[in-house]
Amino acid sequence: MILKDLDERDILNGLRALLAEKGIADAAEIAARIAATDAANPGQGAAMVARAWTDPGFRALMLADGTKAAEAMGIPMRGLPPLGVLENVPGLHHLVVCTLCSCYPRAVLGYPPFWYKSAAYRAKAVRTPRALLREFGTELPADIAIRVVDSTADYRWMVLPERPAGTEGWDAARLAAIVREGDMIGVTIPSV
Amino acid sequence: MTGQLAPGTRVRVRLDWPETRGPCHIRTPYYVRGQEGVIHRALGRFRNPEKLAFARPAEELALYHVRFDLRRIWPEADADLLVELFESWLEAA
Repeated sequence: MILKDLDERDILNGLRALLAEKGIADAAEIAARIAATDAANPGQGAAMVARAWTDPGFRALMLADGTKAAEAMGIPMRGLPPLGVLENVPGLHHLVVCTLCSCYPRAVLGYPPFWYKSAAYRAKAVRTPRALLREFGTELPADIAIRVVDSTADYRWMVLPERPAGTEGWDAARLAAIVREGDMIGVTIPSV
Repeated sequence: MTGQLAPGTRVRVRLDWPETRGPCHIRTPYYVRGQEGVIHRALGRFRNPEKLAFARPAEELALYHVRFDLRRIWPEADADLLVELFESWLEAA
């Protein structure tokens, strides 16, 4: 039997059967994981950001242990890489990239945007980050330092942006609606 | 380097190219090899991905966020950089 001559559906079914036979994952578990992966979307990360902006205790938890914070929001994290959260503060802006491949906090943001895996994004993020931000329409004042975070190993990273001015008194639901995917990667900044 | 490295410790990434010696799985980007940086914070212990990738017995290694001045790598970069690196790639600087 030569693997490359087999139908890919047969290979997949064989793999699933082996996983079940060895007690690693059964059909229901695989279906549940696929459903969770497909259901993940930037709205989940936005809800975490909005809660961090309105709940100091949650913000502290999120910065200390992103995985626990996500679980507190009902996001399934079991068996997934730990989630790290990078806080933008006055004078310091974070930008996330994976120069090696495509590491991305899928559990909380869903599938990455198409450009995230492009060679152009990966190269520009580490070499000309300020110019890259400009391509996304983000003009950072010169006195704001950029910290590029190359996601290379066991963590997945998301950015906790600064709460924009003009949102005083807003509740978490209204705040979550202004937080975009790019704000949590660091290519854009939330605004109103 | 082994043992817990405190934030602020100066380190150098080993200037090594295992890719030239045969099949391997490396999580250390090319562009930081041989570069000096500073321990930013400890991220915990994780099984060695270079062995996990080949289903070999994999020991746990300390993983660090190491901070670099990107300008020392590319003068036009105008930023600093955090990279996750395993202790096995770090040497005293």
